[in-house]
Amino acid sequence: MTETIEDIEIELLLQAVYQHYHYDFRNYARASIKRRLLHARSQLGYDSISAMQSDVLHDRTMLPRLLNYLTVQVSEMFRDPSYFRALREKVIPHLRTYASLKVWVAGCSNGEELYSLSILFREEGLAHKTLFYATDINPTALQAAEAGVYPLDQIRLFTENHRKSGGHSSLSDYYTADYGRAVFDKSLRSQVVFSDHSLVTDAVFGEMHLISCRNVLIYFNRELQNHAIGLFHDSLARRGFLGIGSKESLRFSEHAGSFSEFVGDEKIYQRTTP
Amino acid sequence: MTPRAIVIGASAGGVQALSRILPALPARFSIPVLVVVHVPRRRDNALVELFGAKCAVDVKEAEDKEVLGGGTIYFAPADYHLLVEGDGSISLSSEEAVNHSRPAIDVLFETAADAFGPALTGIVLTGANHDGAQGLKAIGAAGGVAIVEAPETAEVPTMPAAALEQCPSARAMSFDQITTYLQELAAP
Ligand SMILES: C[S@@+](CC[C@H](N)C(=O)[O-])C[C@H]1O[C@@H](n2cnc3c(N)ncnc32)[C@H](O)[C@@H]1O
Repeated sequence: MTETIEDIEIELLLQAVYQHYHYDFRNYARASIKRRLLHARSQLGYDSISAMQSDVLHDRTMLPRLLNYLTVQVSEMFRDPSYFRALREKVIPHLRTYASLKVWVAGCSNGEELYSLSILFREEGLAHKTLFYATDINPTALQAAEAGVYPLDQIRLFTENHRKSGGHSSLSDYYTADYGRAVFDKSLRSQVVFSDHSLVTDAVFGEMHLISCRNVLIYFNRELQNHAIGLFHDSLARRGFLGIGSKESLRFSEHAGSFSEFVGDEKIYQRTTP
Repeated sequence: MTPRAIVIGASAGGVQALSRILPALPARFSIPVLVVVHVPRRRDNALVELFGAKCAVDVKEAEDKEVLGGGTIYFAPADYHLLVEGDGSISLSSEEAVNHSRPAIDVLFETAADAFGPALTGIVLTGANHDGAQGLKAIGAAGGVAIVEAPETAEVPTMPAAALEQCPSARAMSFDQITTYLQELAAP
């Protein structure tokens, strides 16, 4: 289709955000970005994307608000329980053999996936020797992840997911209910490093035994997926594991040959090359 | 103009409605068909299995970043939005529900209208909500062909009626008319 004025404005806004703030959304899957920016424009009350761009450039406080539109923060604990079950049953036995472990949750959003893994590692008796890295580009999400507080009305789903993942403790052991909120135990994050890290613009993270990056790659175009998977490859220890989202794949990546399917149905891969 | 894609949205009663339309597509049908059906969050692939057994053309679940190919029916996976990119590939997304639905018909229709403009046909079938109305309007506005299942004969008329209200230029058709229309697109 021919480029509309709106398409041009979006291109320019993304370029501006990149040049001024170094957040690079230029190679994200454009259809979703466009929908979300048009939504931002109408919700924030602008007549055009260009008018919004002007404020984004001149008013720093606009950036976090815009990031909340540009990034998708939908998540849940033990999302896709069968993935966590596969980690528990198939990956954990391999991880047990190491003296110490590093786990990277990339694109951790509000922390749901991180706390799920932290609980799982505790249940499997590996928590004491594991260091977690939880990273995201959205500062609001990272703050929420550090806080570990979720609306109580989500707990039913989380509890059900946890049970289906093969959890052998009760999720209620890990949080206290408080004014409609579930506050997760801070010991779950005593061995977690939270940090701002972009899979697009930042460097390799060394020697991970497990990287879990779910429902982030689908927001990237093919080239960016390729780049991120290369980054994961280079951040994994030999024979380290990579888990991605249930509808994501390595097939557009030139690094696909450097991984073997470990649990194919659950999108868990193992680095094979030296 | 031969469309570059056909998009179909269906909700309550949708599986039966689609069972009258999709199996009638001839094996030589060469246009990609993208379908969003509202189904409760459940086992993947149920629709693909069901229609794969009934249809002459290939049926598959839409995969992230794949390029649309002719003569294939793509179903949105349960719990993911299905979007069309400007280059004719597709993306999946687990972002917020739209019209209380994920996948949402509006998301597919609006992004497809953006990608294909006038070279797109959109069809809204039976359903008990308003999803697809804004999307069909976008298809009409981009110069595409807008079709609704005739509300009088639809199992649940709310959704096609809402689409017709938003997109008054849409043609209301019976199942037979819809199948004939699609079969004629396949004629050499
Ligand atoms: C849909 S959430 C996924 C949350 C969780 N991993 C899950 O599967 O439930 C996507 C997250 O990716 C983050 N994200 C987007 N672009 C990123 C990038 N370039 N680097 C790191 N994280 C990114 C977003 O801020 C958001 O928190």
